[in-house]
Amino acid sequence: MSRRDEILGRIREGLRLRVHEPKRAATSSDGVRTGLTTREWLPAVPNDPEGIVETFARNCVELRTQYYRVTGLPELSGKLFELKDSEGWKLIASHRDPILDSILPSLGLPFLLAEDRPATADVERADVGITRCDALIAQTGSILLTARSAGGRALSVLPPHHVAIARESQLLPDLPAAFELLNKTYGDAYPSLITLITGPSRTGDIERILVLGAHGPRTLTIILLRDPR
Amino acid sequence: MSSIFESQFRASATKLTADLRHRSLIRKALKGYEKSRDEKKARFQDWEAARQAAAETKWEAINHLDKYLSEFADNLARRGTKVFWASTAEEARNYILNLAREKQAKTIIKSKTMTSEEIHLNEVLAKAGYEVVESDLGEFIVQLRDEAPYHLVFPAMHLTRNEISHLFHEKLGSPETDNPEELTMTVRRDMRIRYCKADIGISGANFAVAETGMIAITENEGNARLTTSLPKIHVALLGIEKVLPKLSDLALFLPMLATVGTGQQLTCYNSMIGGPRQPGETDGPEEFHVILLDNRRTHLLADAEQRDALHCIRCGACLNVCPIFRNVGGQTYGTTYQGPIGSVITPHLRGLRDWKHLSFASSLCGACTEACPVKIDLHHHLLQNRRNAVVLGTGKLDRIAFRGFAFLVNHPGVFGVAVKAGRLVQRLHRLIASSKIDPLRAWTASREAPVIAKESFRQYWKSRHK
Ligand code: SF4
Repeated sequence: MSRRDEILGRIREGLRLRVHEPKRAATSSDGVRTGLTTREWLPAVPNDPEGIVETFARNCVELRTQYYRVTGLPELSGKLFELKDSEGWKLIASHRDPILDSILPSLGLPFLLAEDRPATADVERADVGITRCDALIAQTGSILLTARSAGGRALSVLPPHHVAIARESQLLPDLPAAFELLNKTYGDAYPSLITLITGPSRTGDIERILVLGAHGPRTLTIILLRDPR
Repeated sequence: MSSIFESQFRASATKLTADLRHRSLIRKALKGYEKSRDEKKARFQDWEAARQAAAETKWEAINHLDKYLSEFADNLARRGTKVFWASTAEEARNYILNLAREKQAKTIIKSKTMTSEEIHLNEVLAKAGYEVVESDLGEFIVQLRDEAPYHLVFPAMHLTRNEISHLFHEKLGSPETDNPEELTMTVRRDMRIRYCKADIGISGANFAVAETGMIAITENEGNARLTTSLPKIHVALLGIEKVLPKLSDLALFLPMLATVGTGQQLTCYNSMIGGPRQPGETDGPEEFHVILLDNRRTHLLADAEQRDALHCIRCGACLNVCPIFRNVGGQTYGTTYQGPIGSVITPHLRGLRDWKHLSFASSLCGACTEACPVKIDLHHHLLQNRRNAVVLGTGKLDRIAFRGFAFLVNHPGVFGVAVKAGRLVQRLHRLIASSKIDPLRAWTASREAPVIAKESFRQYWKSRHK
């Protein structure tokens, strides 16, 4: 018998004694199904577009994420230029993507692209990792990204500063919407890594005092891109 | 007879409850946690319904564990992950040892996993000559001190920044400082070099998603992301109880875990990993191994009364509210899993005879049950362990005492005489109470006995109805 069968056998043996099912959360006290789902239990999010943007911005402040909202590509590259100057970037790590392709060359800095498989040590030396993402989540101030949407696994965690760029249409209200999107986008062919990033890397392991930049990026910037009208 | 583990527990508990510095350190650390936990909880539209739903989801997963575990393993294998089923700690350790040997690994980097503490992985790997480094800051600190983590979630919460500074100065040669940020950066720099050269990264998992064949890892520092991204081989070690049926279940579990675990809406990084690097991806490990560990979890599963203890998501909330944990400290338990949940499950994992004492070290206040996000009936499980311990056989003295008591209360005449005698004995006893020659010292050393009333209820009743 294989190890798998052995363990599954013990599980089935153990489960022969049944236990009562707990009462249903989506059921009112008189036993009627209320039809409520996770969305109705999690923290509330306004349902108008501006309210969603505001909730997202408020969460960014709480998390110490830098958040900017820009209109059109020229304003986006202007913002990146500003960040480059104020932080003195010398090397950028990024990946192929229509928006990034049109912006990166204008910054006038050398850049590594994930598609060229740069050495880990080189990505580590970069001052910033600039990536796209799958979505932003207002409810928690999070970025949802995958190995496919954001140039692999290391780009968004190895350099000391991570800049994520999202279109305004990518801003989702809540976590259930994020998981619906994942299912719709990838169906049965999920990337090997999906990650929800909520604020810059942090630790409280020493006397529970907050320190940013424990192992991942010390600075997290999210730029929300509006289409010009 | 009390086991060696019980004697150690008693000795350590006696020492630590009297250690005011330790107590105030823990109280201070938990104060900030309580505030942010309550604040984040209040943001939920309906926390109680969320708890109920989480309990149901885990109930479904655990009570159909064979189905979901097979689904999980098959989905992982479909995308090139090697799944290994380990019945015992030894099988899991040997698998990792053989893998390291086969790949000619030298350094191994780890992100926080309590399951690896459970199977004593570090000791075995170190003995075999591998360099093993814990990358989580708290875990790294306790590793340098060569001691067990203090808490499921906050491994180094019992140490002050000065103690940590001395430690780093001594072991890493860094300058003394009382600045937590500088201490953190010392480790960041040191660890960066290790990530890049490590041959194998070992992680745990907070959840195992059956529907999609993914593990989910919750963390704040980013060390787990680096551990699972940079080395060529990633090994994830998890208990078979981690399963959730659907990917979308995480929409509920991730924010709940963060809320009661650390007082955050979500922790910084929640990563779902479903395989080694896939075609078309630019980086990531070439091999991904998942080890599913039983190690007597099926023993707990077979106990229908306590099966729900397998719902545990290791958030640590029950530890944080437990008056016993807060006074005796995490390391006193001598177990991998501390606090109320540790007291409940350790007898199943390591034997009731040796670990029954943990279930007696409880005030049964029920704070743990109230705190648990998946509604495990913790304090009743402690009572059940006590009952099971009695069935297993109690000490001779206990048995004689209870037989004597039963005789007394069944014979009213004798009982009356005994109460009268008791009043006299108690007055004499007070002269020596809690002193060295007091035969009841074990009890009286830290407590006062209630005084037997001058007039018993029966006497009072009789005098009224004359
Ligand atoms: S028993 Fe409940 S409260 Fe305690 S660690 Fe497990 S899930 Fe958290």
